[in-house]
Amino acid sequence: MLARGGLRLEGLVKRFGDVEAVAGVDLRLPPGKLISFLGPSGCGKTTMLRMIAGLERPTQGRVHLDDEDITDRPPHLRDIGMVFQTLALFPHLSVAGNVGYPMRIRGAQKPEIQSRVDELLGLVSLHGLGDRRISQLSGGQRQRVATARALALEPRLFLLDEPLSALDANLREQLQVELRLLQQKLGITTVMVTHDQREAMTMSDLVVVMNEGKVEQVGEPLDVYRHPGSPFVASFIGRTNLLRGEASDGLVRIGGRPFDVEGVVGSGPVTLSVRPEDAHLQTTPAPEGNALTGRVVFVRDLGELFECYVDCGLDEPVVVAGSPRERVDVRQGQSVSVAFPREACVVVEG
Amino acid sequence: MSEVRRPTRGSWAVLSFPLAMLTVFFLAPFAIMFATSFYHRIEGGFYEPAFELASWERLLQGVFIERTLFSIGICLLAGAVCIVIAFPFTYFLTRMRRRSHVALLVLIMSALALSEVIVGFAWSVLLGRAAGISNILVWLGVMDESAAYQPSFIAVLLGLSYIAFPYCILALYPQLSRLDPELTEAAQTMGASPWRTFWTVVVPIGRPIILAGFLLAFVFTLGSYLIPAFLGRPEHWTLSVFISDQATFNANVPFAAAMALFLTVLSLGVVGVVTWFEGGTRR
Repeated sequence: MLARGGLRLEGLVKRFGDVEAVAGVDLRLPPGKLISFLGPSGCGKTTMLRMIAGLERPTQGRVHLDDEDITDRPPHLRDIGMVFQTLALFPHLSVAGNVGYPMRIRGAQKPEIQSRVDELLGLVSLHGLGDRRISQLSGGQRQRVATARALALEPRLFLLDEPLSALDANLREQLQVELRLLQQKLGITTVMVTHDQREAMTMSDLVVVMNEGKVEQVGEPLDVYRHPGSPFVASFIGRTNLLRGEASDGLVRIGGRPFDVEGVVGSGPVTLSVRPEDAHLQTTPAPEGNALTGRVVFVRDLGELFECYVDCGLDEPVVVAGSPRERVDVRQGQSVSVAFPREACVVVEG
Repeated sequence: MSEVRRPTRGSWAVLSFPLAMLTVFFLAPFAIMFATSFYHRIEGGFYEPAFELASWERLLQGVFIERTLFSIGICLLAGAVCIVIAFPFTYFLTRMRRRSHVALLVLIMSALALSEVIVGFAWSVLLGRAAGISNILVWLGVMDESAAYQPSFIAVLLGLSYIAFPYCILALYPQLSRLDPELTEAAQTMGASPWRTFWTVVVPIGRPIILAGFLLAFVFTLGSYLIPAFLGRPEHWTLSVFISDQATFNANVPFAAAMALFLTVLSLGVVGVVTWFEGGTRR
């Protein structure tokens, strides 16, 4: 299927009484890509998706799909496929009944529905389960049925509202990959809502980080991870150390030590973000440059990851992470120093 | 899967109270009535313990068989009228904003405070010639002169439907208010208009409670005797009217008891048949 147009949101606002759930969002989302709205619960991401689907009317603003204004179009005329958080499978219908439902609504003939249902069930690896009742399926199978059903009519837009939140961690990871591969295979414009940054990074071409009804940052997942634009984004996408300091003469003073950081101009309070895996732990006294000394407060080895919490006299302990193979042997209470390479320090505020 | 737990001594203790109440206030009167239906009636007076089938034999007379069929027919119809109005009504009620939907619910439930006598009189006034709704139609120029719509079959059907309606809503409300709104939203994203969504999702999912509400209205109206007596001619009377007639005016308690038992068994039979039929079509 060839990708067309794309999705454009223009000054979208949604108020529920006095509460502003979405506070003026402008976005242009390219066709054929998977875009994630990522943010904590209550940030307005689900409301955004519901406005795109037509299930919620925007208080202000317009929604364009493929250069067509669909703001006033009811959901059943929008040509979309949506997977709901609860999956919303019809309990009174079989698997085939669920997947074939959209075609039955369009008045398709039985044999036609039958063959399309078989095709779709094959697409989501549920061959031969058409006669099962929904209550007989596992969580992962239900998810696949919901996906097949949403894709049945080859919609112009595929919407996913926290589609995997009901599943346990291992299955979730597996289905993230499956869904992403399916989306790439079909080349369908997809908008996903999630609060799980791993999910967003696994599946998305583009991440839209939202907070309190506003878009904080838009970008490719890795780009957003490497260059967070605000302390919120830095701490929401992955984990980070936020170091607060005072800028002057091109240097940032943190914990009484001067840090040489790229992109510091002028003076005033500055917040730096350093990813735990970019910081280095040393048992030798603090070297010159971007480094702090402190005391180890907690150590954990997760097998795939080694982590050390160091109290450097800042608001919160500094977290240093690395591969266990490069593990530095430290004990709780030991004095250590933490080095922050210049290129790893990103100014997120100031 | 929840495992079935065996009742412990504690749970028996808890159960014993309702069991005792059930025995004293339901099973015992039922047994007494059963016995009474075989008692001997003393003409113009009371009745005395005996074992005779006179009352039961009398039931087999054509007129009572015919009344029984009529009763079941009109009450099934009243149940159908109730459910046809109450189901969409309750569904849209649960989709309204919380505050307005609670207010409406309270209003409807307040109708339950009215006794059947008041409901019967109110309808007989409303459907009557002197002060009835036809006067409004005359005033509007739709009709030339006011008319009486009671006593009639339609009046009885209306009255019966009216008294059962709030119960019907009570039966439907809990389930419908729990219906996941995402189910209907999902149908809409798949191209179903609100109307088609109602017919292809809400009604099929609601089938068991539609049946429950229908049967509740049926059984409830079967027991009503004031409404048919007020709003109908004798040919519109249900078996309940005859039972009260026999018990109070003719002082024939054994026959009234026999009829009451007969009615109970028949209504159980109808409930059983309908439930079995529904169960059969679901598979």
